[in-house]
Amino acid sequence: MSSAHKAVALISGGLDSMLAVRVLQEQGIEVEGINFFTGFCVEGHTHAIRNQHKDKQKRNNALWVAEQLGIKLHIIDVIEEYKDVLLNPKHGYGANMNPCLDCKIFMVKKAVEWVKENHMQGFDFIITGEVIGQRPKSQLKRTMPIVAAESGAEDLLLRPLCAKNLQPTKPEREGWVDRNKLYDFHGRNRKPQIALAKQFGFDDFATPAGGCCFLTDESYSSKLVDLWTARNSREYELDDIMLLKVGRHIRPKADFKMIIARDAGESKFLEGYRKQFTSLYSTSHNGPMAIIDGDIEQQDFPLAASIVARFGQGRHADEVEVEITVPDNPPRHIQACPMKVEQVPQEWYV
Amino acid sequence: MKQLELDARRLLCPLPVIKTQNKVAELSSGDILKVTCTDPGALSDIPAWARIHGHKIVESIEEDDEIIITVCVGA
Ligand code: SF4
Repeated sequence: MSSAHKAVALISGGLDSMLAVRVLQEQGIEVEGINFFTGFCVEGHTHAIRNQHKDKQKRNNALWVAEQLGIKLHIIDVIEEYKDVLLNPKHGYGANMNPCLDCKIFMVKKAVEWVKENHMQGFDFIITGEVIGQRPKSQLKRTMPIVAAESGAEDLLLRPLCAKNLQPTKPEREGWVDRNKLYDFHGRNRKPQIALAKQFGFDDFATPAGGCCFLTDESYSSKLVDLWTARNSREYELDDIMLLKVGRHIRPKADFKMIIARDAGESKFLEGYRKQFTSLYSTSHNGPMAIIDGDIEQQDFPLAASIVARFGQGRHADEVEVEITVPDNPPRHIQACPMKVEQVPQEWYV
Repeated sequence: MKQLELDARRLLCPLPVIKTQNKVAELSSGDILKVTCTDPGALSDIPAWARIHGHKIVESIEEDDEIIITVCVGA
């Protein structure tokens, strides 16, 4: 088989794209990987902000996969461009705020652009680890051609794991790739993938349950929608969406929300935001750092202080001293009476 | 041989890697890039990225809350 043709692979960090690459490598095809950072990606270390996850996976799965495969990986920042995908998905959302089909189309489209830019180096087709029927909305037999057409990849988009269930693509027709050595995986059953992984000697791989990003997460999605509703605008910045991954989010009033650290790791992380946000923490007792997103009136300082006190070691004390700092202002100290657990209504929790 | 510095403080992974990758793309073989980060994830990610692309990590130090990784651009 000639290896004059090279492929670029969409690498998510999961098992499927890893297998798709190896299937082509077995045919002598040179592959490089591309990975997109939307701001919503699930990263090992974003979890590692929390103490309890400290020992877990600190690696970036996409980089790790690339290293196992021995391929180069290009990580591309698409935070800005992705906003339009999330805010105006032509094909709508999945179970939560995940615009999976539009997201796939967008990523393949970006890969098409990459192939055009790198055509001189011999890159001429794109592969993904998609499997028909694997995901309820975005990976169906019906949606596969939609991704190929709307991304502009047309028949230069090859899915090695389920190619035999689809029309032959150009790489197959032209004999760049041997179709007989591709697969016909389908459905939600992951056994064939696990067996193939075993055959290739892959034994340590990430298997994200819901999907590759936080938008498939129900609690994350509801925080995102709450943010948009409270601001009366769906615009967002990277900091906004990062902060949705951290802390307890409590909205005692429509105009402001408190983000309260759940442990020392998160407190430290939130400290980095004190120049941008009003922040508060107890000075008389150990307790979490909290920041305020939105507009808080001075008259609500005691309320915020009594909430933050409820989550610290002074929760049973009669009074707790809380320091509140508005950016560019000197800190002020107030004595707060910690709220009782039952005084924090469930509906305040975002 | 150029020696450059890159400030990737307060950025969460993979942004420090992306910044390093984009800066290195402008450099030539043998150039040195010193990246300062605060996300501990960079300690594993930048070296992993460098290994994949054939760059060398000359030094990697943790100082207070900062991580300084020195990359020597490969061929
Ligand atoms: S889970 Fe997230 S990253 Fe993956 S396809 Fe869906 S929207 Fe895109």
